[in-house]
Amino acid sequence: MTAAQASAQSGPAPSLPGERGGVELLRLSAISKHFPGVRALSGVDFDLQAGEVHVLFGENGAGKSTLINIIAGTFPPDDGTMTLRGQPIRLNSPHHARQLGVNAVFQEFSLVPTLSVQDNLYLGREHQRAGILDKSAIARGTRETLELLQFHLDPKAQVGSLSRAEQQMVEIAKAIQGEPSILILDEPTASLTENEANNLFALIERLKIQGLGIIYITHRIQEIHRIADRVTVLRDGQLVATVAAGDVSETRLVELMIGRSIEALYPAIDYQPGRMMVRTDHLSLTSGRVHDVSIEVRAGEVVGLAGLVGSGKSEIGRAIFGLEPIGHGAVEIGDVPIVHPSPRGMLDRGVVYVPPDRREEGLVAMRPVRENMSLGALGLPTFSRFGVLRRRLEGVSVREIARRLNLRPLNVERQVASFSGGNQQKVVLGRGLTREVKVFIFDEPTTGVDVGAKVEIYGFMKELCERGAAILLISSDLPELLHLASRAYVMHRGEIRAELVGDALTEEAVLANFFDRAVDAA
Amino acid sequence: MVTKRLEGEIAPSGGPSAVVRSVFSTVGILPLLLVLAIVFFAVQEPRFYAAANITNVFRQSTYLIIVTLGQALVLISGGFDLSVGAVIAVTSVVSARFMSRYYAGNPDGEVTSVIVGIAAGLFVGLVFGLVNGTGVARFKVSPFIMTLGMASVGSGFALYYTGGSPVSGMPPLFTREIGTGRVFEVPIPVLFAIAAIIAVIFLVSATTWGRYLYAIGGNMKAAFLSGIPVGAYTASVYVLCSLLAALAGILLTARVSSGEPNLGASFPLQSITAAVVGGVSLRGGEGRIIGAVLGALFITILTNGMNLIRIESYVQEIAIGVILILAVIIDRLRDRWRV
Repeated sequence: MTAAQASAQSGPAPSLPGERGGVELLRLSAISKHFPGVRALSGVDFDLQAGEVHVLFGENGAGKSTLINIIAGTFPPDDGTMTLRGQPIRLNSPHHARQLGVNAVFQEFSLVPTLSVQDNLYLGREHQRAGILDKSAIARGTRETLELLQFHLDPKAQVGSLSRAEQQMVEIAKAIQGEPSILILDEPTASLTENEANNLFALIERLKIQGLGIIYITHRIQEIHRIADRVTVLRDGQLVATVAAGDVSETRLVELMIGRSIEALYPAIDYQPGRMMVRTDHLSLTSGRVHDVSIEVRAGEVVGLAGLVGSGKSEIGRAIFGLEPIGHGAVEIGDVPIVHPSPRGMLDRGVVYVPPDRREEGLVAMRPVRENMSLGALGLPTFSRFGVLRRRLEGVSVREIARRLNLRPLNVERQVASFSGGNQQKVVLGRGLTREVKVFIFDEPTTGVDVGAKVEIYGFMKELCERGAAILLISSDLPELLHLASRAYVMHRGEIRAELVGDALTEEAVLANFFDRAVDAA
Repeated sequence: MVTKRLEGEIAPSGGPSAVVRSVFSTVGILPLLLVLAIVFFAVQEPRFYAAANITNVFRQSTYLIIVTLGQALVLISGGFDLSVGAVIAVTSVVSARFMSRYYAGNPDGEVTSVIVGIAAGLFVGLVFGLVNGTGVARFKVSPFIMTLGMASVGSGFALYYTGGSPVSGMPPLFTREIGTGRVFEVPIPVLFAIAAIIAVIFLVSATTWGRYLYAIGGNMKAAFLSGIPVGAYTASVYVLCSLLAALAGILLTARVSSGEPNLGASFPLQSITAAVVGGVSLRGGEGRIIGAVLGALFITILTNGMNLIRIESYVQEIAIGVILILAVIIDRLRDRWRV
């Protein structure tokens, strides 16, 4: 550690004379931002000192991303002021922000997959001599940066050929390369192994000493205790509290985040496991992302599927619904093997898949709620006869479902795009109610959903389960998975690492199986 | 229809500008343009609003309306069709050739020869539609390349098939009755156009096919995940579009009394312009058939008016191009203003 610090001090990393702990780098006052149908932020205050790690904590959709996007110059706030080192500023673009020393590493990478690691690191600020690229300087700079970060990457490797974790490292290296005074890290450990994460934490310590201010988004409370100085909690676009990381307990943080006690958020589900509904039998995908996976879900139970991003958990749900080509093994629905699963065939067998990305795969945003909800069931006699729609019946049945799901505002003729995230998700879920469904596959059902809607969605799942539906819950939200599932599989690099039942289903047990075994041994 | 959507979409908080925006975002700019064009030409040239000219405008507009119906369907599904002009040309020469050959062999079989000719023409439409649809839906060729390629295939074929000269010798039943005849004072092509409009509006608003069309154009992945056979539906849209273009081609052939290998060249651009001016989005998933029909009427009024005030046809082409680009810009603005 001390050696690393020494090397960091002498390395080419940012040296910012005069900026040490206690100096205010950034201050945001009364920041507000609206998006169509959503109030993403309202009146949020935030500040960052030199040499501190300030964690932003909150649920998906709480406004964290909006806030860091404003700080990183992606878009301006509607209201409020921003000062950088005491100077009022207005950021025009991410480029402008970078010039002022604000660099961000987002979850969505901004890398060019067809270029090499070193070309990506210097993209837009290439070393040149008389207008000609100075490739040796670029190569040298890249090596130094990677060494400083202790990332073991080939500078000449094409970024597209790297794993997600490696791409994450390139992204971090690129941000550091810009010699920032403010570094924004958005869930940087989401796709790192424990070992790589430890390297990152050591790096963060070194950067702090050099006087950088770091804004860090995470969902993992252990990380807060490990690296944070202060924590700002956001909920539904509003500032809940800014607290010193040292004096706040885990339960207190979670309560601040969700705005109520944990018991009130998650319903108690009465599990009555019955008939076998879905099974995968030694399933492998042609993409290689899932290997030899056997899982089963019975009627009347909620089965969780946990794992890191890229562990293959999402692909299993997609494969069952016919969205991923199957290499080996089989999918069975109620003991009947399905040779070529397809969305159509699965819907007819009573299987519904709720995709993780509503806008991408779930909704036809410019069409009204009514058309979106009935879309998967229009071929049924309730909704059409000989291809001619029965508009009145459609309206009646969709309004009934909207009422049951407590859609707000309760207007099924409104464009889906004008609803909030939580209500959009209800529309997607509502599709499962337009036809008889026995199996629900939920893939990240509460991303970008506010707490109120979350409670309603959980209640909906409880109701489905207790009425005898089989539910496969694929989720990266660990508390959600732990509280709702009666049984869970943990995925790791495309394989089932563990099956946890009842009391054995704990946060520690799940986390222990997230990472590489080698780390545990070490 | 328009007023109903208006009620739902007026923003709760709004000064006059919010109301203007709301009206604009629902009905678009077309009604305003129509009124402006009519007033402008009426002031410039009194012959414009003579009864004869009004009938003339309606008859002229029928061909474009029929083609625009198909174009609008393809646009709503998220594609577009540049081959409608070639379909018209090939339909024209093939139906004329079949009809005249059959008629020459059987001078008594006037009705049969007309049926043979029309069937041959519609068959051409079917083939083009299937090729376009298969290319786009099955082999994932972009609609732009697929239909541009077929446009070249079609116009090349029409010239090759006829050696570049018009095909004549069709029976009077076709050229006189269908081409220029009237039923209850209404020109026969206008009746065809009205029937086509009603059929397409019914398809789009009252059937699962229509609903799937909007879903596919709006979000193809969501449609697929909802169990809709996206490929088959996409292909069927191109088939329907080509069939409508073939119908227009047959009616035009009857009107000009000969099979013309150069017929229809202006239709791809004009039909896309008409649909977009009428509020159909180039990005798919949005637009109403009645808007596209009014758009086609607007384009026809514009060309008719420009003819009457003696604007050269070259300048008219410039005008159509400018209107297309403006319509797309307005479409974008409308999207931004809606939020």
